[in-house]
Amino acid sequence: MTDLLHRILPTVQKPARYTGGEFNEIKKDLNDIRVRIAFCFPDTYEIGMSNVGMRILYGVMNQMDGVWCERVFAPWGDMEAAMVKNNLPLWALESQDPVEDFDMIAFTIGYEMCYANILNMLRLSGVPMHSKDRQGLKNIVFAGGVCAYNPEPLADFVDFFSLGEGEDITVEIVSLYDCAKAESWSKEAFLHEVAKIPGVYVPSFYRHEYNNDGTLSAIVPLDGAPKTVTKRIVEDLDSAYWPTKMIVPSTEIVHDRANLEVMRGCIRGCRFCQAGFSCRPVRRKSAEVLYRQAVETLEDSGNNEITLSSLSTSDYRGLKDLTDEMIPYCAQTHVNLSVPSLRADNFSRELMQKLQTVRKSGLTFAPEAGTQRLRDVINKNLTEEEILTTCTNTFSGGWNNVKLYFMLGLPTETDEDVLGIAELVYKIIKCWQEHAQNKKRGLRVHVATAYFVPKPHTPFQWEQQITPAEYLRRCKLLKSHFYSKSITYDYHGPDLSRLEAIFARGDRRLGPVIEEAVKNGAKLDGWDEYFNYGIWFDALKACGIDGDFYTVRGYGEDEILPWDTIDVGISKKFLLRERHQAYAEKITPDCREGCAGCGANCLLQEVKCDA
Amino acid sequence: MPRALFEKTGDAVFMSHLDLMRVFQRAFKRAGLPLTHTQGFNPRPSVSIALPLSVGVESRCELLDFDLEGCNASNDEICEKLNGALVRGVRVVKVYNDGRKIRDLALLDCTITLEYDNGVPADACNRIKELFTAPQLLVEKRGKNGVVEQNIIPMIRKLSVQMTDENTCDINALICCQNPTLNPALLVAAIERYLPEMKPDFAKVCRNEIYDGNETIFR
Repeated sequence: MTDLLHRILPTVQKPARYTGGEFNEIKKDLNDIRVRIAFCFPDTYEIGMSNVGMRILYGVMNQMDGVWCERVFAPWGDMEAAMVKNNLPLWALESQDPVEDFDMIAFTIGYEMCYANILNMLRLSGVPMHSKDRQGLKNIVFAGGVCAYNPEPLADFVDFFSLGEGEDITVEIVSLYDCAKAESWSKEAFLHEVAKIPGVYVPSFYRHEYNNDGTLSAIVPLDGAPKTVTKRIVEDLDSAYWPTKMIVPSTEIVHDRANLEVMRGCIRGCRFCQAGFSCRPVRRKSAEVLYRQAVETLEDSGNNEITLSSLSTSDYRGLKDLTDEMIPYCAQTHVNLSVPSLRADNFSRELMQKLQTVRKSGLTFAPEAGTQRLRDVINKNLTEEEILTTCTNTFSGGWNNVKLYFMLGLPTETDEDVLGIAELVYKIIKCWQEHAQNKKRGLRVHVATAYFVPKPHTPFQWEQQITPAEYLRRCKLLKSHFYSKSITYDYHGPDLSRLEAIFARGDRRLGPVIEEAVKNGAKLDGWDEYFNYGIWFDALKACGIDGDFYTVRGYGEDEILPWDTIDVGISKKFLLRERHQAYAEKITPDCREGCAGCGANCLLQEVKCDA
Repeated sequence: MPRALFEKTGDAVFMSHLDLMRVFQRAFKRAGLPLTHTQGFNPRPSVSIALPLSVGVESRCELLDFDLEGCNASNDEICEKLNGALVRGVRVVKVYNDGRKIRDLALLDCTITLEYDNGVPADACNRIKELFTAPQLLVEKRGKNGVVEQNIIPMIRKLSVQMTDENTCDINALICCQNPTLNPALLVAAIERYLPEMKPDFAKVCRNEIYDGNETIFR
């Protein structure tokens, strides 16, 4: 007779994402295992399997003796309904065992709007959501990823956070757990010891106190907990663990290709960008190591596409050496080499032509703002001239497709800046009319605007978010200035970005909001099929939380910020200086032209910042 | 062009047809067996699978045509290398040359297992067998033009029913699988429609063997 799961699988969409069994999946004999880790990605299989961080840490943990790390993903709605109806708890892919059987439950959190999925996955596992309701060492819940840089909205649910790059710290954490389990420590004893590992933040060791106006009055470390916890980094990427034997999904995922990380950190300093600051200092891998890893990865996985990823691959110093080696190899083996997020400089233009990636996707620019003034404010050093030169080259090369991404609601933005977007688009259209090879095909310009979300650990961490009504007014203003049929303009509704802003700079009082929303069915908020603003609106109301406090209010420069306990290596003094430079409409040159003194180099002992 | 006879069993049955094509493309590459690529704007590795298999259906008789770029491995070596690079549940049984033209493929021998949680209903085997002796049996088929009624009887060559244990019985059937095609799941749909009291709690399908129009095994 067929078991329950196998009766459900034929009835749900894309069942292959629930079975495991892919090439390079790691299976172990339970008799050799002392610590079992359920590594949860709080979104679907297709998204999670595209995440490089998860692949690295899966390899890191499974390299450890006596440790078995398995994968867990959020089920799609149809599967969740079937699980609830049939009382089937959430399981891990490798062993198909229920998550509640695992020692440690780890989450990697890259996006604020997956907070509901975290609680929902715990709920579907039958594991208590609240940290205080999980007693003993079993089912210790810990989390990492960029959202751990302001973990406060999750403080009630996650036992501890692992900050920064996980290659080393994860091994230290799991080894300590191994020892704790062997010696039957209490959960309290374990948390006290794990807090001594640099980069581990235990939220229950801090008391948050508030003023009458709702702002924080104090963050009090308890029982000798450190005042701040500094993120961890890997200094030498060449010798760092890199998984060349990666799981090859048997079903299609979002980024269905091999992935090679060429550098970490970013020299650019765009003032709105959290990754740009929080991933510093800049470190690179050598072209030789990368080429070797590329060949190993491709031969082992059988992928027909590989991507060179980083925050700004044009700034990778070894790009020419690496691509000179890789292009012939890829041509010979029918592998498509893709280099995303190239800047509009000369070398990149040549490279794009060599790679012929433009042929496939057309050109994409992210000027983020419509006028040079506002681009100076946000320190996005992309000039109109650079955009138009690149457009000229590609239009005369026969391409007729451009995508442009902007943000609305950036600090100091006026209607003039909004209309600057329209002007830039018309200049691009004019450029096409002058340089297009074949005008019969027509030009397509896709313009998309996003609603600016101020993020912690950036110079804009104190900024106000404009109101949703004001955002929509600016969208409509812009739309009314697009006359050409060549332009397609998309703007997202404000609801998701407003919530993202609330949680990005949120504090501990938001925990009950997430819980209430999940109770009322919030899940998969990153998916249009499931996002329901009404649920969140009601949850905020039910918990007596004013969303404006976290968004349109803005944070005072001398206010205690919920994430002040977390040190990503960037000094607050630097962020303030950058903020004031922004208001003075002054750019800060990239780190390669001169060190701006962000402080991240202090995280390095063995090597120098490679900016 | 060489051809591979392969099986798809276990959890691999949940891979879709397109998934399986990708799995093979990558397996060839991992095995060090470079496929030729189609010419044109978007070159694709040349692999094709004869009869797309529905998700959830097991098979012991799938055919894959492929074309290798300057390879001097023997068919047995190709088979062995591929199996070393494939995923659990997909296994190549044999690689050979000079396969017959796919258009001559006509019949499929399959087993449909009916599961009854409270035991197989009394006389189920006989009643199901009898149902399929009717001159006409209309079943709703979902196609490109919406739902249409289809008489499935002319597409059933042979059919037998046995109880395998107290909870399951197997239908063994030889049915048309090309021009026209009968989806074995429609046999279950017929039971649900005409013998609602015999409706199984779960049914699964396995392809056992393929034949030409003269009931000669098709390779």
